Amino acid sequence: MDFWTLANALATGLLTGLVYGLSALGLSVIFGVIRIVNFAHGEIMVMGMFFALVMFRWLGLDPMLSVPLAAAILFVFGYALQSTVISRVAHLPDHMQFLLLAAIAVMIVNGSLLIFGPDPQAINISYSFDSFDIGENLIIDKTRAYAAIAAVAISGLLLGFFKYSRTGKAIRACADNYLGAQVVGLKVDHLYALTFGIGAACLGAAGCVLLLLIEVHPYLAPGYTLLAFVIVIIGGLGSMTGALVGGILIGMSEALAAIVLQPSMKSAFSFGLLILVLLLRPQGLMGKSVK
Amino acid sequence: MMGVNFLADLTIKGKAGLLLILAILISLPFWSSSYIISVATITLYLAILGQSWNLMLGFAGLLSLGHALFVGISAYLAAYVFSVLGLPPVISVFPAVLLAILMGMLIGYLGFRFSIGGVYFALLTIAFAELVRISVDHMGFIGGTEGLFLPVSEGDRKGVDLINLRGHPFMFYYLAMVLAFLTLAGCRTLLKSKLGYYWQAIRDDQDAAQALGINVFRYKMYAVIYSSGIAGVAGVFYAFYQNSLFPESVFGIERSIEVTLGPIVGGVGSLFGPVLGAFILTPLGEGLTELIDFLKNSGIIDPKLKLNGLKLLIWGLVVSLIVLFKPRGIWPWLSDKLGFCRTEGD
Repeated sequence: MDFWTLANALATGLLTGLVYGLSALGLSVIFGVIRIVNFAHGEIMVMGMFFALVMFRWLGLDPMLSVPLAAAILFVFGYALQSTVISRVAHLPDHMQFLLLAAIAVMIVNGSLLIFGPDPQAINISYSFDSFDIGENLIIDKTRAYAAIAAVAISGLLLGFFKYSRTGKAIRACADNYLGAQVVGLKVDHLYALTFGIGAACLGAAGCVLLLLIEVHPYLAPGYTLLAFVIVIIGGLGSMTGALVGGILIGMSEALAAIVLQPSMKSAFSFGLLILVLLLRPQGLMGKSVK
Repeated sequence: MMGVNFLADLTIKGKAGLLLILAILISLPFWSSSYIISVATITLYLAILGQSWNLMLGFAGLLSLGHALFVGISAYLAAYVFSVLGLPPVISVFPAVLLAILMGMLIGYLGFRFSIGGVYFALLTIAFAELVRISVDHMGFIGGTEGLFLPVSEGDRKGVDLINLRGHPFMFYYLAMVLAFLTLAGCRTLLKSKLGYYWQAIRDDQDAAQALGINVFRYKMYAVIYSSGIAGVAGVFYAFYQNSLFPESVFGIERSIEVTLGPIVGGVGSLFGPVLGAFILTPLGEGLTELIDFLKNSGIIDPKLKLNGLKLLIWGLVVSLIVLFKPRGIWPWLSDKLGFCRTEGD
């Protein structure tokens, strides 16, 4: 294996990893604040992908332009889901919450199967096969580059929102101290619903961007749910920068595993990494120790 | 001894109900169709697995989302030695169950040694199940993604050969029934033993249990050992009932989730919950398929309509409604309503 094969694989892995990171951010935000493990994560993202597909087929809209629309629609979906259904199981043990979200996931997968059928569907846009050639040997797909740029921009926006805006600060307050947040008069239920909405909006955006890179079909979702878990645990559950770092790490290690081992072995690599992190540093690479 | 114990909590009404259900199950092959028998066999198989999973979560508070792993490795081992060496399952069930238990012990050791609890423990079990699935995908000698098939001859489905587990579907049905009953009685004995009370103490408050001198690590390991062992027995049954094993359909996360559904719907921590849950969910799924076919054939809905996914959509809706409105499961509610049990939800 020569140097450029490796460099190309790593560059591809880095860019894909940034999109993974955005998607994992959606999971991390929801867990970090509401303490709900969203087992319908990949499914909500695939909803975003199908939305972008429909927009492209009907209006010829570039998936990049679908991003704000998909984010808005899934924000409303997430807000409604949290405030009407998920809030009702907040007091139940983990396994009941897991079952509810798994059931929601099953409904989303089969609902999209009913509407869109089982076949993989791809879109073909004018720059699908274009690439940026950097120097002579480093070739980067245009779609991948755009997807990564969009992912970075949206992630940055989100980090900024949580760090500087009043609402973002209020949400972080709920995450740090639930009782304290209630005592100072924050509307915790509303903020939780907002958080789930933001997490789902993240997934909508990630879904649109991902449609540039891969074909969409209903059964895609469970794999992405697991992938996001791996990323978020490795990065540190609840840590937003951790989700991004984890995404890049997994993206690059998958790309490496695909050329060093076999493409079909790449997720074995991620799961192996997950087990190591769980055992040696259960709070994740960037997470704070909870003892 | 075990049998007497086992009925002690049931009221007269409860005993009568149990007898009626047993009579229906035993006589089922004589008056129903082969299709119903196949559904009932799968239901009993899932009831066994539900019991095994419930032993970990309901008794000891350990959430496993990788139960397909224990079933799968045991199924693969028994199927492999049968197809290569001709070793009958009556013998291979021992190494197969041992392998499942060793896997459980490995996960348990790592999880408890490094004090990984709750959701994180569940993710550890998923990670192991997925790792094994991908590894089996790449193991050519047991078929890889192409699958592992057991040799079946024409006469096999007629006789009754319990040594080699080859025979009529009725044989598998009765075998599943016996195994389900033994599992239920065994779990009941465990739950009411010292071990069972230690488990429940650990489940309710691990720190308090430890403070009282219970060796938490050891008793959690026992829970995993019993649970993975039962799953291993079920795995051998599965291999010889299905006659074909594919990594995706054996180790996939959907399989592990399927195992959890029955007990959660029926009632986690109760003995009859996992059985009831299996008897609600499996026939529900099959019944929906039948109903959709019926509606299509009778022209009420357009037969040309593609309705793939509708069944599972409705099924997901039913499960969500149960979580929202009967979060303790159906059994505790039903047994209170009908006055089946002396002690609530047991």
